Amino acid sequence: MTANNTLPSGQTRIDTLEMSGITKRFPGVLANDSVDFDVKAGEVHALLGENGAGKSTLMKVLYGMYHPDEGQILLNGQPITLNSPTDAINLGIGMIHQHFMLVETLTVSENVALGLPSTRGPLTDLKRVSERILELADFYGLKIDPDAYVWQLSVGQQQRVEIIKALYRGAALLILDEPTAVLTPQEVDELFVIMRQMTEDGHGLIFISHKLHEVIEICQRVTVLRDGRMIGTRSIAATTKSDLASWMVGREVSMTRDLVPMKPGEPRLVFEEIACNSDRGTPALRGLNLEVHSGEILGLAGVSGNGQRELAEVATGLRPATRGRIILEGREITHLSPGVITDLMLSYIPEERMRDGMIRDFTVAENLILREFQKMPYSKNGFLRLKTIDSHSEGLVHAFRVKTPSIETPVKSLSGGNIQKVVLARELSRKPRAIIAAQPTRGLDIGATEYVHAQLLEQRAAGTAILLISEDLDEILAMSDRIAVIFEGQIMGIVKRGEATPEQLGLLMAGVKEESEIA
Amino acid sequence: MDLIIILQAGVATGTVLLFATIGEIFSERSGVMNLGVEGMMLLGAMSAFSVAVSTGNPWLGLLVAMLAAGLLSQIHAFITITLQADQVVSGLALTFLGTGISLVLGEGLSKAGAISLLPNFSIPLLTKIPLIGPIFFTDQSIMVYVGYLFVPLTWYFINRTRPGMHLRAVGEHPAAADSLGISVYGTRYFYVFVGGALAGLAGAVISLAVSPGWFSELTTAGQGWIAVGLVIFAQWDPVRAMFGSYAFGALRRLILDIQGPAMILGFNNPFYYNPYWGFFLQMLPYAFTIFVLVIGSREAVRKRLGAPAALGQPYIRGERGL
Repeated sequence: MTANNTLPSGQTRIDTLEMSGITKRFPGVLANDSVDFDVKAGEVHALLGENGAGKSTLMKVLYGMYHPDEGQILLNGQPITLNSPTDAINLGIGMIHQHFMLVETLTVSENVALGLPSTRGPLTDLKRVSERILELADFYGLKIDPDAYVWQLSVGQQQRVEIIKALYRGAALLILDEPTAVLTPQEVDELFVIMRQMTEDGHGLIFISHKLHEVIEICQRVTVLRDGRMIGTRSIAATTKSDLASWMVGREVSMTRDLVPMKPGEPRLVFEEIACNSDRGTPALRGLNLEVHSGEILGLAGVSGNGQRELAEVATGLRPATRGRIILEGREITHLSPGVITDLMLSYIPEERMRDGMIRDFTVAENLILREFQKMPYSKNGFLRLKTIDSHSEGLVHAFRVKTPSIETPVKSLSGGNIQKVVLARELSRKPRAIIAAQPTRGLDIGATEYVHAQLLEQRAAGTAILLISEDLDEILAMSDRIAVIFEGQIMGIVKRGEATPEQLGLLMAGVKEESEIA
Repeated sequence: MDLIIILQAGVATGTVLLFATIGEIFSERSGVMNLGVEGMMLLGAMSAFSVAVSTGNPWLGLLVAMLAAGLLSQIHAFITITLQADQVVSGLALTFLGTGISLVLGEGLSKAGAISLLPNFSIPLLTKIPLIGPIFFTDQSIMVYVGYLFVPLTWYFINRTRPGMHLRAVGEHPAAADSLGISVYGTRYFYVFVGGALAGLAGAVISLAVSPGWFSELTTAGQGWIAVGLVIFAQWDPVRAMFGSYAFGALRRLILDIQGPAMILGFNNPFYYNPYWGFFLQMLPYAFTIFVLVIGSREAVRKRLGAPAALGQPYIRGERGL
């Protein structure tokens, strides 16, 4: 830590920031109930909690996006009022959002300059901005090209732009909202190097993450929220991963997944030289080969945007293949319609569950029969048989423990975890022969994730072939019998469970091919 | 049939399309599609002519036209930005509203006598350049020359200035702009107004310069729709919009004039002898517009053409994706 109270960026240090007694109410919800939270210069303070625990509300209060109903914020002991993000920025509080706030069609320096006054009045002063970016990049060891367009950058590089953007605005305290969710293990390591450098220089960092081993690695203190209330603050040195998990959820949670050894069955879902285009018309899959066996979970790892979404859509008939064949139980399904593929018992848990998995304004019951509403027993002679549908839905809601006021509730008013349960109930209850699960636990908390995983394992035990597409390496490592890594629309390599390390997968995800044993 | 004269008139007609198209580019670059261009243009044409008749001052007419159409556009802004309603539906309604108001208030205007119009002049020296001179710089309305200057200025504004950068950011990623303290709503309201004012200006250029007078809905005769199509055709770029506008202006004149002479290049002119062929020709620009709009309404195609990423989507603070 530097001796004086100035940061390398020239900004004044924030020695302490305290939020005390923060209460924030929304209609019908108490999002934060008298929460205390504080950060000191030179530390990384983790904020943990399940979805809906009130983490983002608390951070939005700190970033000036919400005004608290009660409580106060003290900066270096002085009370402050934050009415907008601009106020927060001016006081040295920066935020790296989980979804990057970068305009892809602008350059790095344009993105940094956005919203800031220019020395040339109405004209841009991008040259000066670029120089300052390089200066800051130098201080913090961040490599960045100010003239590159954001769409040309990798996810890790885009995150560095976000950090530079905050530093450029004089951030002394930085909120990092799930910054590692989209990074490869190598990129996470690079981020941690930058974060350590920043704390050494006297910045204060708030780190939000669902990944407990990261919290333990990088943070000094941790605060846990549950149902809007603060459960407590502890020093990381005195805690373990499983402590944190049960503390967060409020009960014992299992962090490991038991994969009962299964004898791999016949190849049930096979991709042969599959190619297809992205929405922009550029090649997304370039001759991809993959075999998913019955009774196996094949994990597909990869950095977002390497063809995962397109692979799921091609398999389910939602996107035309330009080349190659897809075979389900010996039958070619390449150019069949989504409806026909559904009838062949391929189930799909889509990545965008609200857009592709649900009809937002339909009720739980209606969403539960979306796949089969036109068939017996749900309809007869063109009329829906409401009684059958209701009892079927009641059964599923009960079996899958969906928390909903009633089966007549529109799904859009359910929580993320419960929406995913409705999708699972529909897709898994029909006894599928194969399942494509795309990011099945994205955005879900530990409790809901545990549940989704248990359901998938049950399907595996029943002999279903499961393709698990995920950007979360921990999930892939915990759940897969075999792990395939996709890069630029091709499989870079396949590794067996137990033989895979995060480092090795990370290299494959970055497109580096090495001499690995191909299973 | 003199090709030079057709092209010269084409540039004048194209100027109308140019202002309307660039106006719509401003609006769409901020993320708001406004299909009410035809209605705003007609209101502009009517109010410009009306003010010029009653005050004798065409410049005052021009100003009032911009204000009137700009104000009309704010109805669309309120409905789509604040109330977050569907932009297509609201824009269509705006066309009906603008057309309706113009026809009611313009009742009797068609019988107005001669009025003083916006001045025409030639540019010394430049007019002597072969081909270019007579087409672009001889006896054109002052607004045609304004159009020449307007295109590079607009391009520079959008691509090289701070407010232009903010405009692009709001249309591409409003949440990012918002997080940096740029007012998304303010920016959108402003550029919808700019789009409206320029549509009004385009209307005024018709009634006070290019084809002076008030001919009810035939004054604009669907040029607002062509402008909407040209925005997609121009891929939201003012320079491409200029080429598109002049090409369509010239095409309009050619289609009108080709039906005149009995013989062309020593052949019987089929468009002269058979009026139905003429109707077919007159249909072409509109058919093209429909074609472009149909193609451009597909999201995948729009993306490929480089449409602003947030075009057509209302901005709600704090909402992630869907």
